[in-house]
Amino acid sequence: MLTAEDKKLIQQIWGKLGGAEEDIGAETLWRMFHAYPPTKTYFPHFDMSQGSDQIRGHGKKVVVALTNAIKNIDNLSQAMSELSNLHAYNLRVDPPHFSLQFLAQCLQVVLATRLGKEYSPEVHSAVDKFMSAVASVLAEKYR
Amino acid sequence: MVHWSAEEKQLITSVWAKLSVEECGAEALARLLIVYPWTQRFFSNFGNLSSPTAIIGNPKVRAHGKKVLTSFGEAIKNLDNLKGTYSKLSELHCDKLHVDPENFRLLGDILVIVLATHLAKDFTPACQATWQKLVGVVAHALAHKYH
Repeated sequence: MLTAEDKKLIQQIWGKLGGAEEDIGAETLWRMFHAYPPTKTYFPHFDMSQGSDQIRGHGKKVVVALTNAIKNIDNLSQAMSELSNLHAYNLRVDPPHFSLQFLAQCLQVVLATRLGKEYSPEVHSAVDKFMSAVASVLAEKYR
Repeated sequence: MVHWSAEEKQLITSVWAKLSVEECGAEALARLLIVYPWTQRFFSNFGNLSSPTAIIGNPKVRAHGKKVLTSFGEAIKNLDNLKGTYSKLSELHCDKLHVDPENFRLLGDILVIVLATHLAKDFTPACQATWQKLVGVVAHALAHKYH
């Protein structure tokens, strides 16, 4: 469960990203495709070269969605309802991958490389919990 | 048997050379206990684990973290025989310690994040991919003797 302290830490850390949404999103996806090649199976139509417009565009979309989730952190289910439908009914990403574990891991690595020591154990814990909560909500409609 | 390319071996050894095994080991274990508090179940005789500050400062956590990462160093010297290298440790974790192998994956992912905080931009996507592979293979070797 996200505590008040967790929420504060998440908002603070996200605030530090200022304007780098597209870079962070693109880097997260690129790392994910590199470290976990099976994740590419959901994007057969993508130009997979580094810095491709599709990876940048999609990366930005993902980070914008997470930013929106953070703004509505007390009501994730409602805020992410449409994305929840999309992932369950259209995209049908395999649920174990869908625990977002690979995306969450790569996002954390990107944040950690940028923030260094500021990516403290407390922040790490809060972000990990947040990504778990997001994954839960996105998987709500699977069955 | 896992295949390691020359590039992967280079990425592993060059990152390893930059690490303080003691610092990174302590940090990785502390983060495991903080981010996934249920893992504290395996360390009930470690004393004060009541808060992140307590965990980070706990000398037993630091010492054990160093031990764990030192053993990783052994793996790196024996990339072509990880199952053999970890055979006894695998039995230990199953028969004596009763650790669910899922926890090896959690610790591996945390180690990668610790490396990222230390190496920043040097922890390139290629680096991360190689290290995710390494921690995965180590976790697999540690789980190999479970029965």
